[in-house]
Amino acid sequence: MITIASLKIGQKGIIKEFSLDAVPLKLLEMGCLPGNEVRLVQIAPFKDPLYLDINGSHLAIRLETARKIEIELL
Amino acid sequence: MAKHINVALLGNPNTGKTSVFNRLTGLNQKVGNYPGITVEKKQGTCKFGRACTVHILDLPGTYSLNASSLDENVVIELLLNKNDKDFPDVAVVVADVENLKRNLLLFTQIKDLGIPTILAINMADRMDRKAITLDVPLLEKKLNTKIALISSRKNTGFDYLKKLIENYNQLPTKPCLNASNIAPEYFDRLRKAFPNQDLYKLWLVITQDVNFGKLNRNELKGIATFQTESASNLKRMQQRETIVRYQYINETLKETLHIDTANAKDLRSRLDRVLTHKVWGYVIFFGILLLIFQAIFDWSEYPMDFIDRSFASLGEWTKNTLPAGEFTNLIAEGIIPGIGGIVIFIPQIAFLFLFISILEETGYMSRVVFLMDKLMRRFGLSGKSVVPLVAGTACAIPAIMATRNIENWKERLITILVTPFTTCAARLPVYLIIIALVIPDTRILGIFSLQALTLMFMYILGFGAAIFSAWILDKILKIKTKSFFVVEMPNYKLPLPKNVLITVVEKTKAFVIGAGKIILAISIILWVLASYGPGKFNDAETIVKTEFASQNLSPEELEHHIDSFKLEHSYIGRIGHAIEPAVRPLGYDWKIGIALVSSFAAREVFVGTLATIYSVGSDDEQTIKSRMAAEVNPVLGGPLFNFASGISLLLFYAFAMQCMSTLAIVRKETNSWKWPMWQLGVMTAIAYVLSLAAYQFLK
Repeated sequence: MITIASLKIGQKGIIKEFSLDAVPLKLLEMGCLPGNEVRLVQIAPFKDPLYLDINGSHLAIRLETARKIEIELL
Repeated sequence: MAKHINVALLGNPNTGKTSVFNRLTGLNQKVGNYPGITVEKKQGTCKFGRACTVHILDLPGTYSLNASSLDENVVIELLLNKNDKDFPDVAVVVADVENLKRNLLLFTQIKDLGIPTILAINMADRMDRKAITLDVPLLEKKLNTKIALISSRKNTGFDYLKKLIENYNQLPTKPCLNASNIAPEYFDRLRKAFPNQDLYKLWLVITQDVNFGKLNRNELKGIATFQTESASNLKRMQQRETIVRYQYINETLKETLHIDTANAKDLRSRLDRVLTHKVWGYVIFFGILLLIFQAIFDWSEYPMDFIDRSFASLGEWTKNTLPAGEFTNLIAEGIIPGIGGIVIFIPQIAFLFLFISILEETGYMSRVVFLMDKLMRRFGLSGKSVVPLVAGTACAIPAIMATRNIENWKERLITILVTPFTTCAARLPVYLIIIALVIPDTRILGIFSLQALTLMFMYILGFGAAIFSAWILDKILKIKTKSFFVVEMPNYKLPLPKNVLITVVEKTKAFVIGAGKIILAISIILWVLASYGPGKFNDAETIVKTEFASQNLSPEELEHHIDSFKLEHSYIGRIGHAIEPAVRPLGYDWKIGIALVSSFAAREVFVGTLATIYSVGSDDEQTIKSRMAAEVNPVLGGPLFNFASGISLLLFYAFAMQCMSTLAIVRKETNSWKWPMWQLGVMTAIAYVLSLAAYQFLK
């Protein structure tokens, strides 16, 4: 499964339908929605968390959450 | 006719909501707490002309009305309770023009509650630079609202915003979204069950796990029992709501907002590349830490000395000016030094919050959280625990206040519990004098002073104890909180001096008033205990005079002996003797016992107490030191302060929870006596055991 965790720095993807149970509501509210474009801006040292740009909304999430969000690579 | 308008200021974090609040109210604001919880309640007033008073409530920043923290609960509880005295006549939602899409989510939710809502689009001055164009009239029409383009940085657009607030009753209240779209079938059932209710409000009452105790019971009757849906189904519907709202927002913005991405120059990515770099990121963070330490230890020394001297001379002056008597003594020896003991912390706290608020305002703090999260998580802490742990080296009180932005309760609680282990400024004078007494003034390899190394070791010990106990607590605390971590990485901004200033003033005030009351009370109690005593205490003068009659003492020396005798026979002296059996195995005598007890008010009292006990009569370090060096162990003979008892004392001060004010603030932040008492017990037990072991091994 290709997820946000599979992105390389600078690479983009489109968020696919994801299991709504795995992802907290707060993340949806911050713009992490199916159909939105996500770009990996930066990975923290020690490979976690990930710094994302989701349709202009900049946020950092932990790897465990990123692994649950499926994407389609652009 | 005098008009009174209640305004609620809402918005996502990082939209400059507080700057808007500061602009609207000036310094005309009041910070308190919501009853029973530690969420800050910021309110202020401003006058629109003579006839119109506006009361503005700055609600905590939130991304939506789906509450997931105490701060957010406050928002939804207020907006659902028409009977609350702060219930807004009009809501002002502050949005950042660069994050309009996300900011509109909250806006549409509030609008759908039927509250007249104004959209204040902040940072409008950046539109040109970011090549953003916005069709305001069209957006107003689509959102059924009035929009004020403002800039709190440039102070533009506020007159128009005020005019909109004043004429709030002309605002359309039509909702943005038909709530039934969320889940048509379910909402249909709701409508049938509660025909007279606003569906969206009902929906929020059903889905939100917040305290609705203040709501009108009649209005709500039956809702709690209307649980025909499982929790996971409700969650699914909430997610559906978010998606539906975003669809609506995307639709609305498609025609009104244009961002020319090609033109958007990116300061952010360039700064990010350096500040979150795997080497430079840490180097820069470390440099900033050094700067903060420098300010707290070095620069604040001057104002602190000044405060110390001023209060000493104020006490002296009071004693000489007011008519002699018990009351004067209480003021001069109890209350004035007590207040001085509070005020002396102001420089450090002000410096600390100056730095913290600048780091937050600029957006740098989010990068630190990003850098440190993985490291801290190994110990049950969060990236957001870094700030409190750093702040703890000045004083645990502001540090514990700084834990508030950790959303995860378990991570926050662990941070609060372990922060007092970090070496605070009040331990420093104690460490310095003991190290000077018991650690030989030699150099290792001819370069490193052994005394300096010991001091550094004490700092490392403090940090180590904090991190290690966090790791233990993570294992033993059974708190089920949904662990979730998301940090917004805001744009870099220059801090607004006014915002920084207001934060520094507010936090300092909160400390002085909050913790100050307790420090003052304890100082008065200590004074009373040291100034009165049973039996022999009252005949001190005669007894001492007879005892030393043969020695030709100067009146001053005699005075010191009297003071010393009085202290030994005062109530606190009795306490010291009473606890001596408990502290003797650690290598202390009753005098150190008293110093330990009085250190409970504030650790640095240790030196002052010993000064009084040893009747040195001055706080001059050199004299106390030589006097301490001459103390003889009453049981074993030999110097009382030797290597063994010195190390034992150092360890005791490193681990024991001896700070009344910290306990008070932990009580305030955790809203229960359980945790501060837990801290007091466990930390003091650790200190006791380690000191005991050290003394018994080394003696």
